[in-house]
Amino acid sequence: MINVYVPRDTASISMGADDVAEEIAALSDDINVIRNGTWGMTYLEPLVEVETDTGRIAYGPVRASDVENLHEAGFLQGADHPLCHGPTTEIDYLKNQERLTFERCGLIDPLSIDDYKKNSGFVGLERALKLSQREIIDDVTTSGLRGRGGAAFPTGIKWNTVYEAEGDQKYICCNADEGDSGTFSDRILMESDPFCLIEGMTIAGIAVGATKGYIYLRSEYPLCKVVLNEAIRIAKAENYLGSDILGSGNVFDLEVRIGAGSYVCGEETAMLESLEGKRGMVRAKPPLPAHVGLFGKPTVINNVLSLASIPIILAKGGEYYKDFGIGRSRGTIAFQLTGNIKRGGLVEKAFGISLGDMINDYGQGTHSGKSIKAVQVGGPLGAYIPPEQFDMPLDYEAFSEAHAVLGHGGIVVFDETADMRAQAKFAFEFCAVESCGKCTPCRIGSTRGAEQIDAGNWKLTKELCDLMDSSSLCAMGGMTPIPVKSAMEHWPDEFKA
Amino acid sequence: MIDMDKAQHIVDQHSHLEGGLLECLHALQHAFGYVPRETVDIAAEGFNISRAEVHGVISYYHDFRTKPAGKCVVKICQAEACQAMGSRALTKHAEEKLGMSMGETNEDYSLEPLYCFGNCALSPNVEIDGKLHARVGQDDFDRLVNGGERS
Repeated sequence: MINVYVPRDTASISMGADDVAEEIAALSDDINVIRNGTWGMTYLEPLVEVETDTGRIAYGPVRASDVENLHEAGFLQGADHPLCHGPTTEIDYLKNQERLTFERCGLIDPLSIDDYKKNSGFVGLERALKLSQREIIDDVTTSGLRGRGGAAFPTGIKWNTVYEAEGDQKYICCNADEGDSGTFSDRILMESDPFCLIEGMTIAGIAVGATKGYIYLRSEYPLCKVVLNEAIRIAKAENYLGSDILGSGNVFDLEVRIGAGSYVCGEETAMLESLEGKRGMVRAKPPLPAHVGLFGKPTVINNVLSLASIPIILAKGGEYYKDFGIGRSRGTIAFQLTGNIKRGGLVEKAFGISLGDMINDYGQGTHSGKSIKAVQVGGPLGAYIPPEQFDMPLDYEAFSEAHAVLGHGGIVVFDETADMRAQAKFAFEFCAVESCGKCTPCRIGSTRGAEQIDAGNWKLTKELCDLMDSSSLCAMGGMTPIPVKSAMEHWPDEFKA
Repeated sequence: MIDMDKAQHIVDQHSHLEGGLLECLHALQHAFGYVPRETVDIAAEGFNISRAEVHGVISYYHDFRTKPAGKCVVKICQAEACQAMGSRALTKHAEEKLGMSMGETNEDYSLEPLYCFGNCALSPNVEIDGKLHARVGQDDFDRLVNGGERS
């Protein structure tokens, strides 16, 4: 049998991977088509791999109509072809990454628990089961891991707060409401390595004494729902979830809950309201969710990638993870190169690489071939950055100093045709559409802001930005001024008249 | 007419779930294509909350419909990564092609805005009847809404 890998992730399917898989399977009875996850080299999707004596050979992007031609050229033997990129792990885009959280993505069949175990899966959990709760939390604190959702709060400190909180019931909530435009790293992880998230959440539950976990998944990710539910079913059957995990006496159960198209439900307290079946209205803090969280109980809320980084931290120790990165930004982060970019995809690197190296070396410039005008980093609430600032290192503090945010690692590239006034107006419009409506600066300010940009009243726009920044209840209203102000600062010519 | 026995059955299946109203509303919408007004009463009773609260939840979330959709549901991403690849022009083209404005529904089509499918390295993205298509140009769009495949 010849093993041929055809990815089953949303991106490759959107480019026809299902048809490609069907065509390849029909070529011969000797072919075993494996639907792996994705390596994250989205510009090559669907990326088909053929297993040979010398490793997996990559071909892409493959359309269904290419299959016959590939077959004639001998791709089943790993033969050369214009679509051939040689051994997958030697492709420069992948080879130069530092894959910790995403080490298995693309490599394995996401729903094969044997594949997962063969590739260091559950090593972290097994070690955690030998440690005390305090020791697990200390290891996470040592690693320097900070929340990968965007707020970058130290994960170990959050866990410790929940561990020390009194409560007859505690919860682990995974925030999988990845709503930022220009991001898909959570989706890739969940579609390509769901057991990694399950393992991370189980370790979190054991560490803080929570017996129940929820994954709050956005409704725009239907394939994640299918993959996660199947993985949870398998994990339960294999005793990695349930009432006696691996015979240790630990209890942890997991459930996927689906959002309903609200961006602000990615804000942690709005997410809790939504999980409780209510309107996704932001809660005032304090009390912190760590004290009064889901259903009023102490709750850990972590992003998908924070939780998916836990297995390797526990497997290799906090010190190992901490060795990557710079300053107070430790470990790796998944950058996502998107928008008008030649080589879009996911790049996991240690903190510290420059924005320019990321865009030019990995991304290779724009898809349109025109020059770059701006990049928006960190989602719809992130700053627009001009090419003059591309030497900025990608780390939390450097971005903070430049009045920008790293957020969830999304990088959206715009070419010279971008209209920065329209982008600034869109920031307000998006806030108006997605505001939960609880606080006035966000609810009213967003609509008034869009009007002021139309009217060309820049003084009032700036004053409104300052007001929203200082008096909104959460980041939705509080950070909407960031893209607006950055566009006005760096492209002043577009904000005249 | 709405099959109220079916609706009651769906509510009964979900009302024991802690915080399960959203799951219930998703299931009702899946069964009927929208959340019919008549089902609000039984959902309220099942979850032991007021009808106003159920209505509040339905009206808060973009996903829930209170009227049937068109035969074909077209969603075009309006967020930044797709804007950078021409989604504004694509949206304008779609409005002209379908003879309707973004956000409108008629018997044949619902044309809806969406903020990010999480496929931003392959923009612009369009979903037609639940199937996501990437790198959609104007010609691709015309073929896809006519039930054809992209080139």
